[in-house]
Amino acid sequence: MPCVGDWLNSPLSIVQNIFAQNVPNSDWEKKVTEYFKEKLKENNATNWVPSLNDVPVHYLKPNSLVKFRCMVQDMFDPEFYMGVYETVDPNTNARVLHFGKYRDVAECGPQQEIDLNSSQTVTSERQTFYCVPVPGESAWVKEISFLTELVLSCGFLNPQFHAYISASQARVSPSTSYTPSRHKRSYEEDEDMDLHPSKQKEQHLGNNSGGNIHGCVEPKRLETEASAGHHVISPNCSPPLDLNFPLPGEKGPACLVKVYESWESFKVNDVLEVFGVLSVDPVLSIVNSEERDSSTLDPMECMDTAEEQRVHSPPASLVPRIHVILAQKLQHINPLLPACLNEEESKSCEFVSNFMSELSPVRAELLGFLTHALLGDSLAAEYLILHLISTVYARRDVLPLGKFAVNLSGCPRNSAFTEHLYRIIQQLVPASYHLRMSIESMNHSRLIPRKDYTANRLLSGLLQLASNTSLVIDETQLEQGQLDTAGVHNVTALGNLITWQKVDYDFSYHRMEFPCNINVLITSEGRSLLPSDCQVHLQPQIIPPNMEEYMSSLLTAVLPSVLNKFRIYLSLLRVLDYSISDEVTKAVEEDFVEMRKNDPESVTADDLHKMLLVARFLSLSAGQTTLSRERWLRAKQLEALRKARLLQQKCVNGNEL
Amino acid sequence: MSSPASTPSRRRGKRGRGSNPPTPQDARSPPSQKRRTDDPTSTGDLQPMPTSPPADVQSPGAADALFSSPPQFRHSAIPLDFDISSPLTYGTPSSRVEGTPQSGVRGTPVRQRPDLGSARKARQVDLHSDGLAEDIVATEQSLGQRLVIWGTDVNVASCKEKFQRFLQRFIDPLDKEDEDIGLDLNEPRYMQRLQEINMVGEPFLNVNCDHLRSFDENLYRQLICYPQEVIPTFDMAANEIFFDRYPDSILEHQIQVRPYNALKTRNMRNLNPEDIDQLITISGMVIRSSQLIPEMQEAFFRCQVCAFTTRVEIDRGRISEPSVCKNCNTTHSMALIHNRSMFSDKQMIKLQESPEDMPAGQTPHTVVLFAHNDLVDKVQPGDRVNVTGIYRAVPIRENPRLSSVKSVYKTHIDVIHYRKTDSKRLHGVDEETEQKRFTEERVEMLKELSKKADIYERLALALAPSIYEHEDIKKGILLQLFGGSRKDFTHTGRGNFRAEINILLCGDPGTSKSQLLQYVYNLVPRGQYTSGKGSSAVGLTAYVMKDPETRQLVLQTGALVLSDNGICCIDEFDKMNESTRSVLHEVMEQQTLSIAKAGIICQLNARTSILAAANPIESQWNPKKTTIENIQLPHTLLSRFDLIFLMLDPRDEAYDRRLARHLVSLYYQTEEQMEEEYMDMAVLRDYIAYARGYVNPRLGEEASQALIEAYVDMRKIGSGRGMVSAYPRQLESLIRLAEAHAKVRFSEKVETIDVEEAKRLHREALKQSATDPRTGIVDISILTTGMSATARKRKEELVQALRKLIQSKGKAPSLKYQQLLDDLRAQSDTAVTKEMFEEALRSLADEDFLTVTGKTVRLL
Repeated sequence: MPCVGDWLNSPLSIVQNIFAQNVPNSDWEKKVTEYFKEKLKENNATNWVPSLNDVPVHYLKPNSLVKFRCMVQDMFDPEFYMGVYETVDPNTNARVLHFGKYRDVAECGPQQEIDLNSSQTVTSERQTFYCVPVPGESAWVKEISFLTELVLSCGFLNPQFHAYISASQARVSPSTSYTPSRHKRSYEEDEDMDLHPSKQKEQHLGNNSGGNIHGCVEPKRLETEASAGHHVISPNCSPPLDLNFPLPGEKGPACLVKVYESWESFKVNDVLEVFGVLSVDPVLSIVNSEERDSSTLDPMECMDTAEEQRVHSPPASLVPRIHVILAQKLQHINPLLPACLNEEESKSCEFVSNFMSELSPVRAELLGFLTHALLGDSLAAEYLILHLISTVYARRDVLPLGKFAVNLSGCPRNSAFTEHLYRIIQQLVPASYHLRMSIESMNHSRLIPRKDYTANRLLSGLLQLASNTSLVIDETQLEQGQLDTAGVHNVTALGNLITWQKVDYDFSYHRMEFPCNINVLITSEGRSLLPSDCQVHLQPQIIPPNMEEYMSSLLTAVLPSVLNKFRIYLSLLRVLDYSISDEVTKAVEEDFVEMRKNDPESVTADDLHKMLLVARFLSLSAGQTTLSRERWLRAKQLEALRKARLLQQKCVNGNEL
Repeated sequence: MSSPASTPSRRRGKRGRGSNPPTPQDARSPPSQKRRTDDPTSTGDLQPMPTSPPADVQSPGAADALFSSPPQFRHSAIPLDFDISSPLTYGTPSSRVEGTPQSGVRGTPVRQRPDLGSARKARQVDLHSDGLAEDIVATEQSLGQRLVIWGTDVNVASCKEKFQRFLQRFIDPLDKEDEDIGLDLNEPRYMQRLQEINMVGEPFLNVNCDHLRSFDENLYRQLICYPQEVIPTFDMAANEIFFDRYPDSILEHQIQVRPYNALKTRNMRNLNPEDIDQLITISGMVIRSSQLIPEMQEAFFRCQVCAFTTRVEIDRGRISEPSVCKNCNTTHSMALIHNRSMFSDKQMIKLQESPEDMPAGQTPHTVVLFAHNDLVDKVQPGDRVNVTGIYRAVPIRENPRLSSVKSVYKTHIDVIHYRKTDSKRLHGVDEETEQKRFTEERVEMLKELSKKADIYERLALALAPSIYEHEDIKKGILLQLFGGSRKDFTHTGRGNFRAEINILLCGDPGTSKSQLLQYVYNLVPRGQYTSGKGSSAVGLTAYVMKDPETRQLVLQTGALVLSDNGICCIDEFDKMNESTRSVLHEVMEQQTLSIAKAGIICQLNARTSILAAANPIESQWNPKKTTIENIQLPHTLLSRFDLIFLMLDPRDEAYDRRLARHLVSLYYQTEEQMEEEYMDMAVLRDYIAYARGYVNPRLGEEASQALIEAYVDMRKIGSGRGMVSAYPRQLESLIRLAEAHAKVRFSEKVETIDVEEAKRLHREALKQSATDPRTGIVDISILTTGMSATARKRKEELVQALRKLIQSKGKAPSLKYQQLLDDLRAQSDTAVTKEMFEEALRSLADEDFLTVTGKTVRLL
């Protein structure tokens, strides 16, 4: 039996062994997956596998086992490959069988030739997904998952890891370099970093303009980063490959993930964790350039345009390939929680029940924290919690249930309040994006993903986000102006996203609906022009003279351990089940009839919807999975308070909201 | 058996060339490198076997069979002095034939079939000569027919014979196809087709594989599995019959058989390695087509020293330039002469999965097609097509410098036959071609369902279950989804009668109108959803765009045209501007759309049902006003809606209670629980699709009587009060609704119960929307003329009163405006508003009784 290192460092040799043992029958494939499944089940084994999210490609050994946490951005056509092939030595006529699975290139020895006509050849099918790191993934998610790996893999020393770690330790000046150096900073430093948005922005700009700030980073790596920015166009050389990240300014490797089984179960925008063989064979790129040169000659090659080839087979150094051995859909990407929560595993059950026992102090603390963040408005903080744990849990024909888009109106303008609020949300949720609405951005940015038929790929848009991403839309920056056609489409798309939780991807000849599950928070001065489920008018109790200082002190005041609890709290409550007993149903019914009797004008079915939503999330936020009478009353009370505020605001302004 | 004599001549010709004797081994190996002939999944078990060269075979069947291989054999060089009358000229494009083509099977040149693509010579294997026959199904054991094409179980002679029998005998009187205009279904179908070829001169014979399957299962299987071998055999068979019958016919080239509608694969997603080299039919949408690619078939070289010429055929996609002149032995003296080389047309087309076939949440797959010769430029991007062709996989070319090979194959389909699925719609033929196919079990299930007594209620309940109650509205929408029967009165000069039912929903904001619209839009296959606020007339109808690349004007269709045969959901109907709304007038009655823009004048079909939602002008519905006053839409447009519903918030305790219970349940039930409770959306969708496609009810005698009575009754109601309460439009609506209801029952005949329901629904809708708020009486004229009869009457009375008043004033030639108003107010027992007064003045002015100038009123 091969030792531990083997299955990590050279998984293909393991496959070769299994293949050789079982060759005549085809169940070697099953045995391979079983073998690796077993291996990965072992104690914390998944953490030993280096992750492409954390370690740059060039620190990883080719053909080693890696993992990658990613979102499926696009699905390419299935490809046929040689599952099993035979090589012939022209001199000795010796024939050897090889497997082509988990490989890009059919290998053979220097003295051998591949017999393309061999009767032993087995053609198989695999599917390629174009995967990008989870868009908008918060820095803390990356950091914590990296640290866990680091700590857990200490017992077992992975040489690749160590090469990388020592390399990153050799680096100086952590304060100027954001991405690569974050791995070794402590939480405090990281938070500190996050509190200086302007600094960070500068760095982003620096990256985008291609300036080499990280002295120690190889040019290859830089290319990735530079091309990730959408605006980079260098006039002289050919435009860098657009790695097609949904959000501008994203980094990290995009990956061609080759899936060998049950690819039908995966969907676009699914978040996956894949374990597979890393393939960065330089041959891939050579074969490509070769093809491109001769494309004028060879009629067989002209079936793809140059553009398409560029996109579908980019250089492996830029877009590595992963041949998947095991893949699983992730419910969440929060590294503080066990990956699978639904399963009847004792470990995850234990985790949940442990956390549940200390739920209410966490909730109280979180409420306090958010109240401060919302300038002392506890009602808004309450609603913010409800918003943050909301998730679409079902769809009734076209109606998504469980979405809770909040419009936070009355945000102070020009005080960077929304920026800071977003920064805080970013610290709490695993993935988020801050969309600053302006005439300019609405007219010019691409929100809806669009199929590019020349390159035959799905051009990503801002709204191609994974489930449970927090989208914070800042309307306070919006000025009067003229929206052009693209702008109108973009605003409509945002509206559709909020109302129906779906995005209509543009396939030029038709549109296709992709359901999504995105938490939308809109900050605005008056009522937002976008629809929302619930409008909360902010009533600041304190106006800090220096918003920046106020907010940063708020974040530094929170202990990292407390912050982590907040994070667990918000992710965990999303996956809880919920029910309403018959008794409470009756009570709700009575209540509703009563309310309608008293004031039929202002209480409609819509209001009941809202109240039930609030009640649901209110119960869940307290860790209760059934609705109780008290919670219902509390929900009613909250709604009443919120409405009273709106009414009051209406009176103050003297016009319609 | 056309020309056994030609065989020797052909062989002689080949031998005569001498330089390159194609041994069987030679002929086979190069192409097999080009394409994987030995696909392990199909024929991989066959080991290369020593085979008997064709010349050794003495039986007549073999000679015949030998003749079959040439069309695929374009590999060896063509003799320089080729003989036009010899069948040897296969592989020679007609362009090379000078003079008029001669008739007869020998005189008509054979056109290459690059769609079959093979440069492989089909070798025949004598089953006696070796022992590999395990997997070969030899159906007939007679000596001459034991020959099969290498790697297959196809025996050319028997295959040809069977196909000829098929052509001569196949009759299926029941299977009516769209192209069958002018065919006698009781005569052999394909013989008539051949006759057509003789008359029209288009040498292509399209063969429906389904027919072949019902005729000869085994032949069909062979066609699917070995199209490359079988189709040339078919070609030969067809040509023999054709030239037998029409010996004098002159064709451009020999007839090519194009099979279509192979059942092997329907969906692009189901393609898998097993389909390689098989005949498949898939449907999809063309997304990109390349320019025409001239593919060199044969290069012509001339020595620059001695002017010796030579031809080189394409081999593995390459032309190897001769380095030495054979005549004068000069090296590197051969130059390519483009004009005399031979090219064939080729086009690359990208086909994308049709949106209907795609599973939710995945991106569409694409596949590359290669079209050859005639099929080039037959389709444009955006076309929906059914493609029949051979699925190919080619290994990516070996890199000469590296021993490793990319282990991936490139796949494409060589197109044999295209069939546009949406061409029908353009021609305006009524029956839909792309009717969804249902499995028999499904049909059985749907029929079973239709027999249930409460099917109408059931379906209505299944419609948008998340929206609470509003049963009549759902029933109305359900009938809209089914639609009436389409009637054609073109010959009597009235054109098409509208079969689509239009529905308008008005009511308070927040009564889930939009949700209902969204639901319908998601339910129907060809639905469009637009908002009146955002759409312009252009977005609804069609617009002309200049293609940035070709500078060509392109007609882009808008929502209404796109939803032809579907439903166009228009939200915020009231927010639509005047010009946009005016477009709807034509669409909603004539069901067409006329466009005159940028030099393009055309009329497009827009047989769409319209489901619109409108909000009241004052944000809240004012029960004291009529529908027209509430939504401020012109009555000309309103009268085109069959049903107008009000969605109001009912003030009723029992309703509130039920609503609350319903909503609460939404918030704790899981998805599975919900599905159990209601009929599946997919079932509903299929049910509707089936009814729309296959059920076409006609009015029965009783039903007609009932309709007449209903109409007369409706007219009577009003006549008592001196007003018209029903117009022919209402009768038409009733008929449509009754037909739709019959469709719900899958009934071919409209019966009294259908009429009853139509009447009831119509009445319900009227009750909601056409009740005069002042009198409480249902008054159709509110919708047809925009004003209730009582309002008109009151106006008339006021005018009379005013006239009397003025006349009573005596001879005064002019009167003060304000004075007159005050007098009238004093005299009248009801309140007279200024508007009413002005209106009365205006109508008197129209009668030339008086004129109003500023603040004075002058008598005339």
